[in-house]
Amino acid sequence: MKHTTGLDRQLKKGSTELLVLSLVENRARHGYEIGRLIETRSRGALRFNVASLYPLLYRLEARGLIEGKWVEKASQRRRRYYRLTAAGRKMLRMQQSAWAAFVEAMHRITEAENA
Amino acid sequence: MPDWSVEVRKRLEALRIDPAREASIVDELSQHLEDRYEDLVAHGAAPDDARRAALEELTGGGLAAALTESLQRQAPARTPPPETDAGFFAGLAKDFHYGARRLRLEPAFALVAILSLALGIGANTAIFQLLDAVRLRSLPVARPGELVNVRIGKLKGRTGSFSGNFPDLTSLLFERIRAEQKAFSQLAAWSSERINLASGGEVRYAEAMWVSGTFFDTVGVPPLRGRLLGPSDDMPGCPSPSVVVSERFWRRELGGRDLAAGETIALGGRRFEIAGITPARFFGIEVGHAFDIALPTCAEDLLTDDPRTKGRSSWWLSTIGRLAPGWTLEKANAHLDAISRRVFEAALPEDYDAADSKDFLEMKLAASPAETGFSDLRADYSNPLWLLLGISALVLLIACANIANLMIARASARQREIAIRLALGASRRRLVRQLLAESLVLAAAGALAGAALAQVLSRKLLAFLGTHDTQWVVEMPLDLRLLAFTAGIAVLTCVLFGLLPAIQASRTDPIEAMKASGRGVAGGGARLAVRRALVVSQVALSLVLLVGALLFVRSLRNLLTLDAGFGRDHVLVVEVDHTRLRVPKERRIALRGEVLERVRAVPGVMDAASARLVPLGGRYWNTNVSVEGTEVRRQAAYFNQVGTGYFRAIGATLLAGREFTTRDDLSAPPVAIVTEAFARKFLAGASPLGRTVQINNQGGDTVQRFEIVGLARDSKYENLREDFQPLVYLSQFQDRDPRPWFSIIVRSDLPLSGLRHALASAVGSVNPEIELEFQPMSALLSDGLVRDRLMASLSAFFGFLAALLATIGLYGVVSYMVVRRRNEIGVRMALGATRGDILGLVLREAGALVAAGLALGTALAIGAASFARSLLYGLKPSDPVTLAIAAAGLAAVAAAASLLPAHRAATLDPVAALREE
Repeated sequence: MKHTTGLDRQLKKGSTELLVLSLVENRARHGYEIGRLIETRSRGALRFNVASLYPLLYRLEARGLIEGKWVEKASQRRRRYYRLTAAGRKMLRMQQSAWAAFVEAMHRITEAENA
Repeated sequence: MPDWSVEVRKRLEALRIDPAREASIVDELSQHLEDRYEDLVAHGAAPDDARRAALEELTGGGLAAALTESLQRQAPARTPPPETDAGFFAGLAKDFHYGARRLRLEPAFALVAILSLALGIGANTAIFQLLDAVRLRSLPVARPGELVNVRIGKLKGRTGSFSGNFPDLTSLLFERIRAEQKAFSQLAAWSSERINLASGGEVRYAEAMWVSGTFFDTVGVPPLRGRLLGPSDDMPGCPSPSVVVSERFWRRELGGRDLAAGETIALGGRRFEIAGITPARFFGIEVGHAFDIALPTCAEDLLTDDPRTKGRSSWWLSTIGRLAPGWTLEKANAHLDAISRRVFEAALPEDYDAADSKDFLEMKLAASPAETGFSDLRADYSNPLWLLLGISALVLLIACANIANLMIARASARQREIAIRLALGASRRRLVRQLLAESLVLAAAGALAGAALAQVLSRKLLAFLGTHDTQWVVEMPLDLRLLAFTAGIAVLTCVLFGLLPAIQASRTDPIEAMKASGRGVAGGGARLAVRRALVVSQVALSLVLLVGALLFVRSLRNLLTLDAGFGRDHVLVVEVDHTRLRVPKERRIALRGEVLERVRAVPGVMDAASARLVPLGGRYWNTNVSVEGTEVRRQAAYFNQVGTGYFRAIGATLLAGREFTTRDDLSAPPVAIVTEAFARKFLAGASPLGRTVQINNQGGDTVQRFEIVGLARDSKYENLREDFQPLVYLSQFQDRDPRPWFSIIVRSDLPLSGLRHALASAVGSVNPEIELEFQPMSALLSDGLVRDRLMASLSAFFGFLAALLATIGLYGVVSYMVVRRRNEIGVRMALGATRGDILGLVLREAGALVAAGLALGTALAIGAASFARSLLYGLKPSDPVTLAIAAAGLAAVAAAASLLPAHRAATLDPVAALREE
């Protein structure tokens, strides 16, 4: 995700929403897991801490895009799991296609520049 | 293991979150830190290091601030709001603010847009304001909706003398109607006339309104001071002559002082008591003419020896009434129809012959609404004003198309911004709104400037309609109706020029936009098509306006250059009125001769002659005549009575026979001179000399015979537009009933100002109480052309503006096209295209747009020009020459506008153009 480094703050915020939404698309995940997945999958390029991740989660929740629920499983500690709502799924689709286009475009431009 | 919850809670304390929510957050965040800590330890970190690292997550990122934001603001502004109606309007103020800020960043664009809008909206508002005032506004009286006007519904042709602006009825007819009718609770008569305030010498006019005793009660106006006229003021013989003055007159002539009881004013050599003053808002019932003095109709008996109140064929009154309770206009009309026969029988003029009487008795009365008052301004100008409103609306439309074009160009430049916003999840609706907000800011600024401009324009327009002796007085307040109109067109224009570009812009495909962002413009195919369509319609509309402008200009030119049958320059008309001298009829011809002698003696006077009427002077006199020994039926001919030297003085030509001499007096056989039109109509063009004209004598006894002794060239009589009327000149020396007024036609090369003084003292030496009024013939002529001049100058101005706007639009689109096709042009040049080829390429493209516009415009112009038919003189609305000139002119200007970008394309450096790909 080297292309994100030059993007402005707004863009970054927009992109993180997309990241979170796609991570909880297929299964419910808790906050720590989401943070860790972003870090490992981006090979350390993107890192969230408590102060940046949770406000984002609460914001997405407040907008009805994800839904948090306390879950207590046997032999595990009580955690809050987030899953995608119907509205969240719609938003994700929209952002995914826009981003795919955007990234591809950026790619082309930067490639052309570097050629 | 550390107690994470203490650390977390410490940082949330200041936020005052709902306790349950806080507990949940503390739990969740503690859990996170715990996970982090365990992770780190599991990967071999020392417990202390792991604890520090986990806590850093809390301290590093400003948790409290971020939480405050996400918890307190449910829908942060940078993300799209939920798509509900309430959401659509959320942040509207922000959009306006943003729009205004963007416009500030591009002052040139904003200025051009606001200026063209201000011009367009200003012109529309000004014309609407005038139209509203003369056409739509109710009279400022109580319950104006009940007011009606009773007059003759179908005119069968009536003869007699006509005076006042609305000579609907004679005094006797009015009295009979009032006695017979039951449909109106109140019915009053009125007439308007200018009245001289000066006692001798050059006249100084005030606007007089003659009213019957019931007038003020009918209209429903309360007095500002004193009392208004009532039935007791309008008795036969006028025993206690009183008048009412308007508030304007009271301020202007009487200084607005308190009036003493029994204070009088002198009018026509009589003194009238000023009974009271009408309130300022009441200008009378004639829109355009604000009255100064209201006199009872009986005062006519005091002021002249031959009062119109007694003349059975003196048409001078109009009526105003109120429907009685329970009566509708329809019912009133049926009632009037039923009483018509009785009314006309009782009021039949005694001097009418069988044919005239038959026509008179067959006429029917009818009532029509009078809510908006009476106005010849309305009759003369409501069609032209509607037409001008249409024209200025078209100009505004063209201006809107231009701004839309500019907006699309700007939207292209902002495509990346829009693409990114879309990619970030902004909804299209939100984007459209944002772009519309910008348009609305523009429209509002334009409307504001336009409304201010309109205040100046509408007054200028009204002044334009004035003549050398008439200035219209019309109330044009800046009221709610006008504001609603202006706001309405502002919103409309905003939608017109803002919506299309906004929708276009929001259709931006982010992929395409990003792909093409290196070239700066993109997604242009559809966009260019829209811009092309806009330019085609601009060209079409401006052709319509140019054709209109040319039609009116050429029509005016026709009127200015036509041969009226008399001279326009160096001719001065002197109106002489010696009513107040009370000279007996038998001495009036001698007095006239004396005055004329003194006038002829004034140095610089080349010719002078007397006449009863002056061509285009506003008065006319006609009666039915026949020529003995012909089969041609009796029909109307127009008359004038002239003295010796008339034809030479006025610059008319006598074609055959002789002029009148002083010997053609009452003792000699009656003679007449007729015009060519008379000969054509009554004698099929044969020579009239020696024939005899039979004229209905106004005295009532049988017929009078006049031998035709001369044939004169045709001359315009009432106005320049009329066809030449059959005209009969009689000798002024054979007038059995000389009026106490006449005109002198003076021919002189001297400037009017100096001559005026010399003439006034020459006439004053006969008797200082003789009243005089001077009018250059050129002023009489141009007064009749006010409407034509108005249409010609305004439509020319609008046509010019429209062509200018369309040219700018065309220039913009062609330039844009050239920029878009730089690569292609570069390739073509690389492949061997010459500069001429490229020039041709661009010009062909521009030519196609102009040709399409001209074709569409021609069709529209032919359709639209028929609206102007009644306003044109001497040419048809579908005049092919006009159409050709307009189209050629527009094409030439358009070619010039596209030559610049074409030249730019042709001189492109192909290497540089290609490198850009």
